Amino acid sequence: MGSRLDLDDSVYLRSSVQTAAKILVVGHFAVGKTTFIGTMSEIPPLRTEEVMTQAGAGIDDPKGAPGKTTTTVAMDFGRLTLSEKLVLYLFGTPGQQRFVQVWEDLSRGALGALVLVDPERLEESFPVMDLVEHYGIPYTIAVNQFDGTPSHSLEEIREALDLLPETPVVNCDARDQRSSADSLIVLVRYLQSRLN
Amino acid sequence: MTTSDEPELAQETAELVRPYVITNGRDLLDDSDFSLITLVTMHREPPRTKPLDPEKLRLLELCAGGFLSVAEIAGHMQLPVGVVKILVSDLTAEGHLSTRAPIPSAQLVDRQILEEVLNGLQARFG
Ligand SMILES: Nc1nc2c(ncn2[C@@H]2O[C@H](COP(=O)(O)OP(=O)(O)O)[C@@H](O)[C@H]2O)c(=O)[nH]1
Ligand SMILES: [Mg+2]
Repeated sequence: MGSRLDLDDSVYLRSSVQTAAKILVVGHFAVGKTTFIGTMSEIPPLRTEEVMTQAGAGIDDPKGAPGKTTTTVAMDFGRLTLSEKLVLYLFGTPGQQRFVQVWEDLSRGALGALVLVDPERLEESFPVMDLVEHYGIPYTIAVNQFDGTPSHSLEEIREALDLLPETPVVNCDARDQRSSADSLIVLVRYLQSRLN
Repeated sequence: MTTSDEPELAQETAELVRPYVITNGRDLLDDSDFSLITLVTMHREPPRTKPLDPEKLRLLELCAGGFLSVAEIAGHMQLPVGVVKILVSDLTAEGHLSTRAPIPSAQLVDRQILEEVLNGLQARFG
């Protein structure tokens, strides 16, 4: 039998909250997703696992058949209560193509995605950008500037990532709350502009 | 490249056996009624009889304190999301839990939500 969970009241949502919204924070390994979520979350970030089946090599049928294996993928997430009625969840997840079931769950109902990129490893961002595009999730780019990184202009990065002209690209320090909040605000404004 | 505390790497773990036990061997279905951000709490007038299943009891105890998302329940209970969805689904059907539906993704609703998200972020961090 599981032990009793001793949680204080601050883990619970305000009872007035009616609506939950979701934004994805995506990017390759070590790009700063966990840091970003930890910076922004009002609760200690949590981690969940999705159990999923993974088709063996050469099997295209996503329903899987014999030969499929089961794996788990972890994602971390944080929470931000933004009004009496609204809570925003930030889900961080990497972009391996093989984790399609997780992506289906994650993308459903997501407002948009913030794609974190490391200017020194831009090519590693392509798989996750492919996934975000595949699921039709609107996104903006936040360039995580690590210490000692020679600076690339945002224009150079935009070009290297082959972005649409309207896709915003901003600098971000995932350790800094103001900077991280600003990149979320840019994403939300972009999402608004797409509705007009 | 491997980082020491990389949580996202897929692992095959012995724990995988447990979910199937907890859910009586049922498929870890992708129940669209319950998403990661479905908000859940204990029903105000729950049935008098408590569930027998220890994991269901633990989940109910957790939810007695207020509203949590399905993802948070999974995080606190250290169970896979798919398992929590099934437990929540059962407990809701049995009248122990009530849920607030996740947002429908209609454009009009999105517009209002984006507005509220923006205002909230600006008020908090601006
Ligand atoms: N200098 C610097 N380091 C960062 C920044 N964001 C993350 N890091 C560091 O980069 C490493 C990987 O970050 P993490 O958040 O775990 O990446 P994840 O794999 O995407 O979740 C950690 O050691 C962080 O402390 C940043 O904005 N600037
Ligand atoms: Mg991480």
